[in-house]
Amino acid sequence: MSASPRQVVITGLGAVTGFGLGAAALWDALLAGRSCLGPITRFDASAFPCRLAGEAEGFTARDLVPKHYRKAVKVMARDIELAVGAAKAAVEDAGLVTKGAAAGEGDAPPTYPSRRVGCHIGAGLIACDVTELAAAQSTARDESGRFSHTLWGEGAINNLPPLWLLKYLPNMLACHVTIIHDAQGPSNTITCAEASGGLSIGESKRVIERGEADLCFSGGAESKINPMGMVRMDMANRLAHTADATDGAAIVRPYDENAPGGIMGEAGGLVMLEGMDSANARNARIYCELAGFGAGHAPWSDDPATRAEGLRFAIENAFDDSGLGPDDIDAIVPHASGIARMDRDEAEALRQVFGKRLADLPLVTITPNIGDGMAGAGGVAACVGALCLHHQTIPARLHAGSWPDDLQAGPTHQRDARLRAVLVCTNALGGQNAALILRTT
Amino acid sequence: MTQSSDPVRIVITGMGWTTPLGDEIDAVWERLLRADSGVGPIDRFDAGAYSTNFAAQTPDPDLEAILDDSAPHAHAGVNTRFALAAAARAWRQSGLDKRNGVNRRRIGVYLGSGEGPPDFDAFAGANLAGWDDEKRAVDMGRWVKAAYELMTAQRELEQEPNMPLSHIARAFGAGGPSYNCLTACAASTQAIGEASEIIRLGEADVMIAGGAHTMIHPLGVTGFIRLTALSSRRDDPQGACRPFSSSRDGFVMGEGAGMLIIESLAHAKARGATPLAEIVGFGSSADAFRITDIQPDGEGAQATMRAALSQAGIDPLSTDDTGRPPVHYISAHGTGTQENDSIETRGIRAVFQDNAPKIPVSSIKSMTGHLIAAAGVVEAITCVQAIRTGFVPPTRNLTQPDPQCDLDYVPNEARDLNSAGGVRVAISNSFGFGGQNNTLVMKRFED
Repeated sequence: MSASPRQVVITGLGAVTGFGLGAAALWDALLAGRSCLGPITRFDASAFPCRLAGEAEGFTARDLVPKHYRKAVKVMARDIELAVGAAKAAVEDAGLVTKGAAAGEGDAPPTYPSRRVGCHIGAGLIACDVTELAAAQSTARDESGRFSHTLWGEGAINNLPPLWLLKYLPNMLACHVTIIHDAQGPSNTITCAEASGGLSIGESKRVIERGEADLCFSGGAESKINPMGMVRMDMANRLAHTADATDGAAIVRPYDENAPGGIMGEAGGLVMLEGMDSANARNARIYCELAGFGAGHAPWSDDPATRAEGLRFAIENAFDDSGLGPDDIDAIVPHASGIARMDRDEAEALRQVFGKRLADLPLVTITPNIGDGMAGAGGVAACVGALCLHHQTIPARLHAGSWPDDLQAGPTHQRDARLRAVLVCTNALGGQNAALILRTT
Repeated sequence: MTQSSDPVRIVITGMGWTTPLGDEIDAVWERLLRADSGVGPIDRFDAGAYSTNFAAQTPDPDLEAILDDSAPHAHAGVNTRFALAAAARAWRQSGLDKRNGVNRRRIGVYLGSGEGPPDFDAFAGANLAGWDDEKRAVDMGRWVKAAYELMTAQRELEQEPNMPLSHIARAFGAGGPSYNCLTACAASTQAIGEASEIIRLGEADVMIAGGAHTMIHPLGVTGFIRLTALSSRRDDPQGACRPFSSSRDGFVMGEGAGMLIIESLAHAKARGATPLAEIVGFGSSADAFRITDIQPDGEGAQATMRAALSQAGIDPLSTDDTGRPPVHYISAHGTGTQENDSIETRGIRAVFQDNAPKIPVSSIKSMTGHLIAAAGVVEAITCVQAIRTGFVPPTRNLTQPDPQCDLDYVPNEARDLNSAGGVRVAISNSFGFGGQNNTLVMKRFED
């Protein structure tokens, strides 16, 4: 593989996190070293082992969709709302006018041909609303109080709304976004847990390189802050048992061998990827180039060094794709889940790639600030990486525990830095890995 | 855009499927040509009172007999088990069971697989334990207590849509690029298309591509019943799925998996593998219309077909010396819903114009049911079989023609095209609920 035939750049950033709507709100909070992790309010979590999360409080897609589309918000799971919000932020940040961005009649017409806009939005396993389903199922109880398929089939089933299923199909993130913004180009929904966002951005890059689109909505969104999501994450040993603690930033401690686990954060993270030619033709602001992308799968092994191969392959493939090497990277936005086992594998892969140089590379860990955004994490991380390059700044870093000597993971204030290229990487519990290399233009 | 003159040619060297009609390529193919139906009563749960109580179920594969080491997959969800069985057969057919020195890092996986089946009894149990009749709300304290008592970590984890992928990567030692996509009913077609592009770019030497899915579980059946998407012809399950027929009343759910081994021609040749067919075109588009409806003129369908044909270097309006169109078989999405079949017809007509009525179009969903995310790969294999044998499978249950559907749907009986030159080029359409569309173009392998 050599340098790509068509350069691909990032021209818009859209994030929805616990700091609200927009990548600027996130960036300001990161610079100031703030955390949005706090007690869960979306449901009564008082009996759950993990009671903290990074909620996008007050955020609703209802305020952000065209008026005629408001009704559709009723069939959006929270994950979909996050994607819809991030998409609007990204497209506006890119200075594009779309069908959905135009507020009403008489507004400027869309600024690009719909067929030339693709959409790759990663998603997770979307959990259905427990209250809505339980209310319907409660009407199908037999004499012993148990669920009866007979009563359900005979009529209780009609107590679920007709479009119930559509709230929970992972591809609905992309479908709503393509409808709102009239993006008719190639469209995909990658569902590889935490790696979904990074893999989606990589796929958009390929689609633009191949000439099948000029622009793509790209990234992912997910919210695990619901009863089923939190039970599943806990059963997978991903969550810190917080009891009554309220300071999430003290709990999420990347690369700390004694870290108690992760905390979930709501995250919608999308970038507008664009062919350099297309961006130049419309004089767009360019945050950075997406110079390289790579993917790799971790082998099943009890040995961290072997497991680390998956992420190492992904990073090395991204180097091959970009023509860059370890010496060209000046900062890393890692996944840094705060789950000791996953962080150990990630650190091992970074050691294998960067060797001694790793100690000189600032790690931009954002999980103590916003939590683990799962399928939304890669897109948010890409936004942060792009902002580091754009502002030539490393944000502040939170850390309340201990970390290995060869990792720059400890607490710091924001600082200026000369940054040529930033590596963004995500690793998924299922073994999938994605690496992105962002470079100044 | 990549043209057919591109030096990297993509070939299929292994195929496997796990379907309601069986799991060997040739045996299932014979049944498809006989217009056999795989539809019957749902017995995975007590669906007797549901307005749709039938589906095309696939037997749980005997992984111990199929895999060298099935122990790591003992707790896998049934969707993953379908996937592993199909992948093992494809792997064997490709000759890669001897590995041929292919490095783990150069083997990737791209699946379009759906979520694993939910642990319904545990979920419903927790919901009812938590439900408070007076407050008309769930008491989360009671709910979570019941959830931890009833649910198991394994079954919850196996519902993640990347699990078939993770199991396959483990079973076949794949360490290269790995993805799962879930664009509803278009997923595995998209997976094959993107896997081809990964090979073309040189990011991997071998890709395992396909998908697996079952939604034949209480919440899946419930969801589609509420959408009024399913046929409710309870008195005639095997006659229920009627693509392109005027009396069609919805789709019939199926389940299963299909897998392809794909690689570059150069790589296949170097290791002495036999190409079964070539993948020459892939298209992807979005309707960007409505989440519940298809764009009425089939614009999204047209866009994906045109993109795929363009990549293949095929002009849909051209004919050969004998007046034959450039495409000899279309495996339709053909779900058997009123909306899909007439709009797909319109889309095919718009793309192929005067050629459209001359191209045999059929939907094997009339026999296998709709395998949702896995439908595309099973239909891609159908195209390869049509290319290899010169026969095209019929559309079963097509006895009442619909004036809105005016193409040649190969009604009820398979057709032998060998005297006309067989099937040199076939295309497969897949359209996802919500508007994501994909098309593949496959071609007879000619060195």
